Amino acid sequence: MLNKLLSGDMPRSTVLAILLAVILICLALAPFIFPGVRSVDTAARICIFIVLVASYDLMLGYGGIVSFAHTMFFGLGAYGVALASTHMGRGFDALLVGSLSGALIAALLALLIGLFSLRVRAIFFAMITLAVASAVAVLVSQLSGLTGGEDGLSYKIPRELGPAFKFADGELFGVKMNGKLLKYYLVFFSCLILFLLMLRMVHSPFGRVLLAIRENDFRAEAIGYRVVHYRVVATCISAAIAALAGSLYAIWLRYVGPDTSLSMEIMIDILLMVVIGGMGTMYGAVIGATLFVLAQNYLQNLMDVASHAVSGIPILPDLLNADRWLLWLGVLFILSVYFFPTGIVGRLRQGK
Amino acid sequence: MSHPILQTTDLTVRFGGHVAVDHISCTFNTGELTAIVGPNGAGKTTYFNLISGQIPSSEGKVVLNDRDITRMSVAQRTHLGIGRAFQLTNLFPNLNVLENVRLVIQSKSGRGFNMFSMASSHDDLTTPAMEIVERVRLADQALQPVTELSHGDQRKLEVALLIALDPLVYMFDEPTAGMSVDEAPVVLDLIAELKHRKDRSILLVEHKMDVIAKLADRIIVLHNGALAADGEPTEVIASDVVQEAYMGKELEDV
Repeated sequence: MLNKLLSGDMPRSTVLAILLAVILICLALAPFIFPGVRSVDTAARICIFIVLVASYDLMLGYGGIVSFAHTMFFGLGAYGVALASTHMGRGFDALLVGSLSGALIAALLALLIGLFSLRVRAIFFAMITLAVASAVAVLVSQLSGLTGGEDGLSYKIPRELGPAFKFADGELFGVKMNGKLLKYYLVFFSCLILFLLMLRMVHSPFGRVLLAIRENDFRAEAIGYRVVHYRVVATCISAAIAALAGSLYAIWLRYVGPDTSLSMEIMIDILLMVVIGGMGTMYGAVIGATLFVLAQNYLQNLMDVASHAVSGIPILPDLLNADRWLLWLGVLFILSVYFFPTGIVGRLRQGK
Repeated sequence: MSHPILQTTDLTVRFGGHVAVDHISCTFNTGELTAIVGPNGAGKTTYFNLISGQIPSSEGKVVLNDRDITRMSVAQRTHLGIGRAFQLTNLFPNLNVLENVRLVIQSKSGRGFNMFSMASSHDDLTTPAMEIVERVRLADQALQPVTELSHGDQRKLEVALLIALDPLVYMFDEPTAGMSVDEAPVVLDLIAELKHRKDRSILLVEHKMDVIAKLADRIIVLHNGALAADGEPTEVIASDVVQEAYMGKELEDV
């Protein structure tokens, strides 16, 4: 059963298995174990980024395709939900229409970019995705009548997903049984299903072809696989799943804006998470996203504590000042790439 | 028994001013093993590249089974029945031996876009793949990645991929290059076996004259990109053009 769910991809490392189990349990029970608003928010972000990063890994780690437009696809899904909720009024139909049309548009755009550029060399694809992503980001910030420009859009989602809706009386382990809890589990289970779906894809006959293309596209073509078709399809699937992750993010935040769902910064975060976790492993996305989002949210606090602890010593408190958290994140990144060139998952599997 | 399957008509390719393959017109028959010989740089591998489609031709036509395939992609030609083993080993290095062969069988099954089943559950692809791995005597290494194989074993796998593809036209480019004396027979026996089936056309680029003498039904000689001789092995080997262009060069090299 477990083997089937994981598509036969067992962690193949005790440490990795334990890490994954801990992450799964923490995310599954986050509202109960970590009841604060901020920690539940972090958990939801982790879920969504796992899917986003895994969808990127599907393209980069399995297909060998470098894209800089992944945030754009993410944003298309987010704006899909935002626009549908704004114009159709609050309701599950708006969420569904928004998510599906976002995913569809993302896939179509990926198809167009892919047909234009995947025929030639991989580097052109990377350049074109960069250009299209920048163009879309500018477009979104300029079309303020439609998209709210730099301010973004706030909208209402169904009452059933808000804190005012109580689906049962009383509390369970001190947690109110309200719509917020439902919303968290909507995000959690959607992400779990999407992740397992991708895990299945990379172990399907299709996934094997992608691996073959990454390994040796010349020979893949010579044994009869039309490399361009496979690359384009992988790109479309990856884009559609990124858009769905964006939709979930938009549902979770009840807000979209260029900063939360379209900025180049997110693209760089995705790249870092893939590399830290381990490319071409899928589980790397889980580890990478979890570590990175935790660091983004809690490194500052940790450093604040550390800087107070060493307040007597010269220089150190300044170095550990909470405002320097980006510096330390950078150091962590360099160290992890230096010591784990195959990512954390790659390293753990080797060390078995 | 022997009917024409593959034809090249005035097939030519120029790289800048250099004519690498020069108006080669030749017909290859089913049930026949044709050895292609010539000194280094004669255009043997380039001629192969034009037939299997890795390089577009500048002029001329390639016709397979009465179908013009000159403008088709490599993958399309593969599906129509052109199969190629490469001179420089050209495999999927980090995948295991069985998976390399399985991918070929999967390509023929047309299941490449199947996304929701597990590849390992397709026993009807894995079983024949394993049979071929056994035939090239790599069963013990079936689960090792290609990078861990010796050069000779990689050459065997290269041939295994072509056998798994089982095309109408087999193209071997120096299949035993760099193999030890005890390893080469495995590959040569497989080629001989194919030849005796009489239902495939085999093109073999080879330098070793003893191999050619044993296997070839026909020899064509390329020299400076052009067809210099074509005929029965004994008469071609004896002909002046071969003695001069090919054997002569070999003797100088020694």
